[in-house]
Amino acid sequence: MAEKTSKQFIASLPKIYGIYTGGFLAFIILMSFLEKAGISGRNIGLMFVGFTILIYALIGWLSRTTEVDEYYLAGKKVPTVFNGMATAADWMSGASFVAMAGGIYFGGYTYMAFLIGWTGGYVLVSTLMAPYLRKFGCYTVPDFIGARYGGNFARFCAVLVLLVASFTYVTAQITATGSIAQKALSTEAFPVTFAFGCYVGLITILICSMLGGMRSVTWSQVAQYIVLIIAYLIPLFWISWKYNFGIFPHVMLGDEVQRLAALEQQFGLVRHTKEVLTEAKIPNDALGNATSLKYIVGGHSAVPAGHEVAWRYISLAICMMVGTASLPHILMRYFTTPSVTAARRSVGWSLFFIGLLYLSAPMLATVSKISLMDPNLPTAIIGKKISDVMQIGWVKNWIAVKQVVIVDFNKDGILQLSEWFMNEDVVVLATPEIAGLPYVISGLVAAGGLAAAMSTADGLILAMANAISHDIYYKMIDPKASVRNRLIVARVLLVILGFAAAWITTKGLTGILGAVAWAFDFAMSGLFFPLVLGIWWKRATRSGAIAGMLCGLIAGFAYLVWVGVPNKDITFFMGATPWKDIHWLFVDNLRFGIPGALVSLIAMVTVSLITKPESKAVQDMVDEVRIPSGKTIIRNA
Amino acid sequence: MASPKQEAHWQATKRLMIITLVIWFFFSTVIFMFAHDLNNASFLGYKLGYYMTAQGSMLAFIILIFWSNNRQEKIDREFGFSDEDREED
Repeated sequence: MAEKTSKQFIASLPKIYGIYTGGFLAFIILMSFLEKAGISGRNIGLMFVGFTILIYALIGWLSRTTEVDEYYLAGKKVPTVFNGMATAADWMSGASFVAMAGGIYFGGYTYMAFLIGWTGGYVLVSTLMAPYLRKFGCYTVPDFIGARYGGNFARFCAVLVLLVASFTYVTAQITATGSIAQKALSTEAFPVTFAFGCYVGLITILICSMLGGMRSVTWSQVAQYIVLIIAYLIPLFWISWKYNFGIFPHVMLGDEVQRLAALEQQFGLVRHTKEVLTEAKIPNDALGNATSLKYIVGGHSAVPAGHEVAWRYISLAICMMVGTASLPHILMRYFTTPSVTAARRSVGWSLFFIGLLYLSAPMLATVSKISLMDPNLPTAIIGKKISDVMQIGWVKNWIAVKQVVIVDFNKDGILQLSEWFMNEDVVVLATPEIAGLPYVISGLVAAGGLAAAMSTADGLILAMANAISHDIYYKMIDPKASVRNRLIVARVLLVILGFAAAWITTKGLTGILGAVAWAFDFAMSGLFFPLVLGIWWKRATRSGAIAGMLCGLIAGFAYLVWVGVPNKDITFFMGATPWKDIHWLFVDNLRFGIPGALVSLIAMVTVSLITKPESKAVQDMVDEVRIPSGKTIIRNA
Repeated sequence: MASPKQEAHWQATKRLMIITLVIWFFFSTVIFMFAHDLNNASFLGYKLGYYMTAQGSMLAFIILIFWSNNRQEKIDREFGFSDEDREED
């Protein structure tokens, strides 16, 4: 009976999500009518955020479960395309949604190494990892390490790497959730604090994951993907149509990109010195780079010459790619597919759905930049009188919250390209306003950013809680634990970890956890080679894997401490000494995964070769993993 | 011990893995060693170096994964190790 209803459920998924998408579009249209009828922008924003959160919570509640296979693996029946959407939502964080187009806007070519890094990694996931981990039938990534290499210590090391990488990542997501929730919930009569926003965000994140574990998270992530992709694409296409840039911006913005290069020539790209920035009270780091407020320094489509630029680009892309293939909250999504073949196909769909957003980010940066720079457009501000620019509504609003700053360096009263400072995150949030789209689009973008941050936070908190409840509690402490106790422990951990992450976020301690990029570096330092060699190299032994995980993690961390971070907030964590520009081959704090993973590889191969090969049973298990047919290796239920 | 059939299946799988990763390496790394020079050429009106990082390589990765998966599924079927018609496990 239960079997039959679950099959019906899977078969009716396209219909369910089709109705959901239609309903969401209808909601957007309804909101635009309400805007015309005179409802305030603030209330529309509130309704967008409130309505979407309600839907996610409803999905979370409907997907509640009391079975372990459902809780940890969504019953292993998530169809490929839907798993692709869920992975895409899991993957694209608040940073991808809110900050990526802004990063490209200010950083140009050099920033786009992230685009390559955050997509190319899926080729590694598909060829080296996903199908084989699915064949194992593990519940968590450490579960694979524990089964392949044997012994609680190897399993424990994997849990350690997972916690370090995921915790680094999750606080950034809660920050994004909190700031969007704060903006949406605040009214003039009842202003709410950032901390309140964080806890409201956290509670909705927990509602989506606590009752049904992976099952709830999967189905709410699909819903969140639909919201975030609609919210990202509508403004881009709308602006492109409005200003006749082309019907399909992705292939038709060539002229605009060239026009930007000409405008950059005309206005001139200036790089300010550290002294100038400090005097103008623009926050900057030890290298004289503006930190929270950015200005345009490099060309939009120009590629700087030289080996150093090329190596910096490639080394960052490699770190992000290898890190992608080692991040547990992504790998565990492929454990939920019905078969090995389905896991592999689902990686392709994941990248397709991720590509829809990532291919659009450079285009969004282009239309946003040209709206501000091209004097032929009514929205242009560069080259206009500063006193006039200060009167524009959206400029006033963002200046009031200190996200935009204008400094008249040459005192000519005209806004130059290098005199306009803006927070990176504002680019995506403000673009609809800049282009003069109705407020309903800004509300939609807020809902999209929230969906992106929530879905990633959900996946990360679940990955951590599952690793502790399954690998530490069930596999090490109490292997005889009942299903009921296992699920209670899993849920209690989810709440504890969530509140710990939110507490750190609200206390403003995120500075010590550093950049999102660190999560990738930690994951690749500790997990990449133990996972890959566990499948592709039979000679890999338990001691080798332990050496690989620990030496990699320690070496990566030591390298990070050695190079330090050119940002004052972090110096106390790195010791009292001020940051010095030391590095090995330009490998800085964003790229410490390279030395980490190299040490991990060398340690793992050396120790494996000097220890005795694993038993015949383990060798046979590896042979069995390499073929898709047959039963899974581990049975946890 | 792996049967000769399993051995042959794994050899074919390994060969495909190496081909896939060589193509991946080309689009993720080799191209960007020469991005500055590629910018002298253009594609769809975009400078080529810029185009590859903004769109070209990403599209190549998507196509590469689907192509490689198809090849792998053929290998699995050829040796009788496919699990496509599996109902439950």
